Amino acid sequence: MLLIFLVVVAIAIIRMKNLFAVVMLTGIYGLLSASFLVVMDAVDVAFTEAAVGAGISTLLMLVVISMTGHRERTTRHKPLLALLVVTITGGLLIYGTLDMPYFGSADAPIHNHVASRYINDSMQEIGVPNIVTSVLASYRAFDTFGEVVVIFTAGIGVLALLSIAHRPEDGDKTGSFNDSLNEQHLIVRIVSKILIPFILLFALYVQFHGDYGPGGGFQAGVIFASAIILYSMLFGLNIARKVINQPFIQFISAIGVLLYGSVGLASILSGGNFFDYNVLSNDHITGQHLGILLIELGVGCTVASVMIIIFFNFAGRREMQQKNEREHNKNQELS
Amino acid sequence: MLMGLFNYWIVVVLMMIGLYIVIAHGNLIKKIIGLTTFQTSVFIFYISMAKVDGGTAPILADDIIQYSNPLPHVLILTAIVVGIATTAMALSLVVRIKEAYGSIEEEEIQQQDNQIQEDEKNGRQA
Amino acid sequence: MDIIITISSGLCLFIGSFLCVSGGIGILRFPDFYTRMHAAAVTDTLGTGMILVGLMLLSPDLLIFAKLVMILLLTLLIGPTTSHVLAKAAWYNGLTPKFSSNVIDQKKNKETTSSNP
Repeated sequence: MLLIFLVVVAIAIIRMKNLFAVVMLTGIYGLLSASFLVVMDAVDVAFTEAAVGAGISTLLMLVVISMTGHRERTTRHKPLLALLVVTITGGLLIYGTLDMPYFGSADAPIHNHVASRYINDSMQEIGVPNIVTSVLASYRAFDTFGEVVVIFTAGIGVLALLSIAHRPEDGDKTGSFNDSLNEQHLIVRIVSKILIPFILLFALYVQFHGDYGPGGGFQAGVIFASAIILYSMLFGLNIARKVINQPFIQFISAIGVLLYGSVGLASILSGGNFFDYNVLSNDHITGQHLGILLIELGVGCTVASVMIIIFFNFAGRREMQQKNEREHNKNQELS
Repeated sequence: MLMGLFNYWIVVVLMMIGLYIVIAHGNLIKKIIGLTTFQTSVFIFYISMAKVDGGTAPILADDIIQYSNPLPHVLILTAIVVGIATTAMALSLVVRIKEAYGSIEEEEIQQQDNQIQEDEKNGRQA
Repeated sequence: MDIIITISSGLCLFIGSFLCVSGGIGILRFPDFYTRMHAAAVTDTLGTGMILVGLMLLSPDLLIFAKLVMILLLTLLIGPTTSHVLAKAAWYNGLTPKFSSNVIDQKKNKETTSSNP
């Protein structure tokens, strides 16, 4: 079963010393858990986990280990105390699970209280077939607001730690490298030029179709960002910076959070509660649809732009390190 | 009872593997990967609790009577995205640590910190 | 007519899974990186294609059929490209095939500006 594969992959992650292989195994771990989530009928969650865990997370870790080194130093002592702590905690947790209701039983306590109300009343109150989207965007919109702010904060944090001011004369030094890259990566460039419009289109489809099938703002934002990241990986960071203006992307990420918050404020100003979409329009179903559309748009904007910001800052930092190394080597040769 | 609670026991095993990676390895990136493993095992735990035998995905359709519980799906969706946000922050901190200390092994960083402390103390006494 | 469709789709699914399994065995048993790459790419693309064709024969309405056609096109496009990129990256980083007796000409300096891990 899939769970056995997961355990095998996790044990392999412990044992291996080559960090590159470990990062790849983490990507496989994310993909296996996404397939397990599909088997468990959690299609929205599996979509997000596949896009985020097997896609963006693996990519970021690869960029980081290209900066920090590929091998882990072997430890000289055996971690017996850690094994003891882990075994005792594991034993206690297993003893705790003995009381739980069996897997899949329909009369477990969690299925009886709020969830049955969501399943039964979601169609009349909100009118959106995907129950996960209706709970995420309407019943629990406040939690999702907090989540969007967390993503935005992560983007700001990465900007604060890793951003480098760019002077315009750096651009033409690297221009000659780009020409040599042009023949090297010809096939991949052509294939990606064919594929990138479809990936962007798919991101828009997932964004707006999130009401009727698995999807929504997060998945769409991540897919959109991955198309832009693919472009910038293949065509060079400088060209990508000219195509996608950095201050504009930062502006878009702020606009996403602002859009989300202003939907809540608009519902207060129209007479309802915070994030109460029923008052946004005459008919409450239309109000719900409008509210969900706007906040998913806000979520998609913020997630996509924050992922792009994070990647560009990591790659820019790596570029700076490579440039410093080159100058250091050149100075050593001259002296 | 084995088949009924099998999922939860595997989740506990995965959680403990993640915890072991965080405690016992010195390399900072391995620790971050251990945290990611731990987080993913918690997601699997919640989603296993949400599954109902004979139910399908919680998307309303005309001919389905039994749905799986959508509430943990919502919580885990939030959790996955917050997890990637914290991982990105942690990785950027690792990059800065590497630039400041020159290595990402915990023991070497600790050594350099102790060295700096001792130098300061000797500098003050001399 | 129905039974012909079912049998042929079952045959396609079986061939597809057999190809994927044999690709996996090939990855384990081949001696060198480039041969393993070949095993993985060729068998995985063809195996996935066969499985998708088998599913296409069973699809009840046109929308599912169209989605499966698009997935098939994407797979045919992406599979060989990724294996090409991997093999190229291995070649430029100095990994030589096992029994190669050719003279390997000067590899260009690997300084790039794109972050191409």
